[in-house]
Amino acid sequence: MSASATTAARAPTPRRWGVKLTPLTQRRLSNFRANRRGFWSLWLFLLLFGVSLFAEFIANDRPLLVRYDGAFYFPVFADYPETTFGGEFPTEADYRDPYVQKHINEHGFLLWPLIPFSYKTINYGLTKPAPAPPDAVDWLGTDDQGRDVLARLIYGFRISVLFGLVLTILSSIIGVAAGAIQGYYGGLTDLLFQRFIEVWSGLPVLYLLIILSAIIQPNFWWLLGIMLLFSWMSLVDLVRAEFLRARNFDYVRAARALGVSNPVIIWRHVLPNAMVATLTFLPFILNGSITTLTSLDFLGFGLPPGSPSLGELLAQGKNNLQAPWLGFTAFFTLAVMLSLLIFIGEAVRDAFDPRKVK
Amino acid sequence: MGALLSVRDLHVTFAVPGGAIEAVRGVSFDLDRGETLAVVGESGSGKSVTALSILQLLPYPMASHSRSSSVVFQGQELVGASEAVMRDIRGNRIAMVFQEPMTSLNPLHTIEKQLLETLYLHKRMDARRARERILELLRLVGLGDAEQRLDAYPHQLSGGQRQRVMIAMALANEPDILIADEPTTALDVTIQAQILKLLKDLQARFGMALILITHDLGIVRKMADRVLVMTKGEVVEAGPVTDVFAQPQHTYTRHLLAAEPKGHPVAVEPPLPELMAATTLKVWFPIRSGLFRRVSGHVKAVDGIDFSLRGGETLGVVGESGSGKTTLGLALLRLIESEGAIRYDGRAIDGLREGQMRPLRRALQIVFQDPFSSLSPRLSIGQIVEEGLKVHGIGKSPSERKELIRAALREVELDPDAAERYPHEFSGGQRQRVAIARALVLKPRFLVLDEPTSALDMSVQAQVIDLLRALQERYRLAYLFISHDLRVVRALAHHVLVMKDGKIVEQGPAARLFASPQHPYTRALMAAAFNLEVVERAATAQ
Repeated sequence: MSASATTAARAPTPRRWGVKLTPLTQRRLSNFRANRRGFWSLWLFLLLFGVSLFAEFIANDRPLLVRYDGAFYFPVFADYPETTFGGEFPTEADYRDPYVQKHINEHGFLLWPLIPFSYKTINYGLTKPAPAPPDAVDWLGTDDQGRDVLARLIYGFRISVLFGLVLTILSSIIGVAAGAIQGYYGGLTDLLFQRFIEVWSGLPVLYLLIILSAIIQPNFWWLLGIMLLFSWMSLVDLVRAEFLRARNFDYVRAARALGVSNPVIIWRHVLPNAMVATLTFLPFILNGSITTLTSLDFLGFGLPPGSPSLGELLAQGKNNLQAPWLGFTAFFTLAVMLSLLIFIGEAVRDAFDPRKVK
Repeated sequence: MGALLSVRDLHVTFAVPGGAIEAVRGVSFDLDRGETLAVVGESGSGKSVTALSILQLLPYPMASHSRSSSVVFQGQELVGASEAVMRDIRGNRIAMVFQEPMTSLNPLHTIEKQLLETLYLHKRMDARRARERILELLRLVGLGDAEQRLDAYPHQLSGGQRQRVMIAMALANEPDILIADEPTTALDVTIQAQILKLLKDLQARFGMALILITHDLGIVRKMADRVLVMTKGEVVEAGPVTDVFAQPQHTYTRHLLAAEPKGHPVAVEPPLPELMAATTLKVWFPIRSGLFRRVSGHVKAVDGIDFSLRGGETLGVVGESGSGKTTLGLALLRLIESEGAIRYDGRAIDGLREGQMRPLRRALQIVFQDPFSSLSPRLSIGQIVEEGLKVHGIGKSPSERKELIRAALREVELDPDAAERYPHEFSGGQRQRVAIARALVLKPRFLVLDEPTSALDMSVQAQVIDLLRALQERYRLAYLFISHDLRVVRALAHHVLVMKDGKIVEQGPAARLFASPQHPYTRALMAAAFNLEVVERAATAQ
């Protein structure tokens, strides 16, 4: 076989969004697309998440736009004292106050978001005692403090997914790094690290959280930090195993013979192999992170009181069995969100499966 | 029709995403009782697929046969035969021995259990009678201490022993046809000779027909009555071995016959000074045992090797697998820990630290055996070749480096545009050229070639050898050429070092060593390699 007269087909490497697609990547994309359920789940999830990122424009107790005396005001972005709109107090305007509304409507108009409640807005206009059942104003009813469930749901979904994403990304970075170092260097490094992980994973996370929440008021970042201390270990074994395998590959040896330094070998030659296993796991880790936050909120050790949270909604559903819309809403939201992520995870797994043929 | 097996117009098509691959196109042949038919061809020529379709073992329905395809065994059509019919034939009337003895036995079962399965499935033998039969079979295939081997697991046996067990399994039901798919490719030359002799003896004894699939023409010449030459899924030539070898009709056959490694090492005039030398080089791996992991012994992979190699010359290192050849190569490049002095260009490099070694790495390079695992699958050819340039700061700008890469690719007779592509788009021989280019672009002076041709097809092998010789002549490279294939070594090496169990058995100029080997081990090795003959069982390592 003469070397020049070979491999006939030479299509230029296709690009997508300016990124060169290797044939391997193309195959993976087509495998991902071949899993219709996962493919549509991804789009649906991205849509829901994208919408929830703009929660302030969908569910808010401030109007999107106020026209008052010929001037435009954007209460979503800026605070205006009540006096701006002819009120009496120099404090922040309460746009839900019928007095303020009346005043503005006389001199212009208000443009409200789709849902005129924020997650912390208490609807004082309820005709029934809270928790109030769904009606034309509160589409999914209110919770036991008279707050709109749909508004809380949108904000709660956003915070859950964001928490899950940040926790997943951070714990993956730490986990991959730890696994890479253990697997690549092996020997004593590996041994000591493994024993440390065994001890560390034996610590009771829940008790630590309970103790800590007695000392400090946990917020989003506190919770994230504490969860991160313990959640990075899930990927370590996986990545470590990949590195243990790959460090004896001939191309790693060849790189060492070229004089390439260890960090570069890890980054360029070994890590891309370990990333397959990591990416396959990511949706499932994301799922786990979301569930963790929800269960902490359910137990009352999670986000500070008043925060919009699916766990807190679940707890309310449990405490108010006479108001089934609370429990059902939380249940269906969680079920749909977690199922979508699992379906996406399955499609990702298919995409990276080298043995998969249609 | 009197033929035992008759294959007519066999087609095999594999459905792949976005198309179909025709792996076998219209193969026809007959096989008589007691006859040996060799099927030769390079990898991807459809040899194995043909064999597997006789037993209907292809991954159906991904694979499919054309309507005209027919495989008739003793009057029975096998294409499209029911599973029940095929089960009765497989392993019973037609048996198969696979290439890789490491993976074709179940690692979790003992030898006895694996053999018992075949006997039970087809003969419904009870355990006691089966045991006697198993012992008989194991003795038949020449496995020593048959009684003790019954409880052995596959990992406790050597490659040759495993292949013997595989043959015993295939013979268990006294088949009419034995299909051997590259039965000796994974084995050392001496073991290969033993296994071939065994197959020949057994065939004579049982009057079996043998279909031998191989890429090694030496084996064909030695073993077969008739030969079928295949390329790209088609039979291009068929006939008695003597005729085909004496008067090849088809160009491909001629090409194949001409592909055996030949030529002579390039003489270096005047001789260059010593470039690489080692004195009592040792690589011992500690065996730790007990509660405190005390070192209780050593695996002496390399045990006191001395040699000296001049610039521009080749030292061939030969020996069977496990003799420490590769370890020696890695130790010389300081890729593993070793004891003893290593001198490069008059300078002791054995005590140097990783950082001190780095500038020297430019001159000391290595090419590995398996071109499929020695190139990172996620980097383009250009990136692979460029890596060394970056590490050693050769070529200031990307465009300058690109020019160097293109030059290196041209040097190994590859299209310079290959730089944009990825390893999986290339054949084994081309990948090996890339691996050579990766080493060559640094302009090394000493190159360790660790079996650079053993994973390649015969004709590609010869091309790579020619390339290596040309490069050596052009750049006065010194090679440490590690191989178990003595024919390749003869074509390239100035000096030869024969290793066994980490020690030197014999060492000297290649011409003298090949003409009159002194040590019995060297003699056995050469007989096995050049004539496929077994010499003095005692001298060969089982």
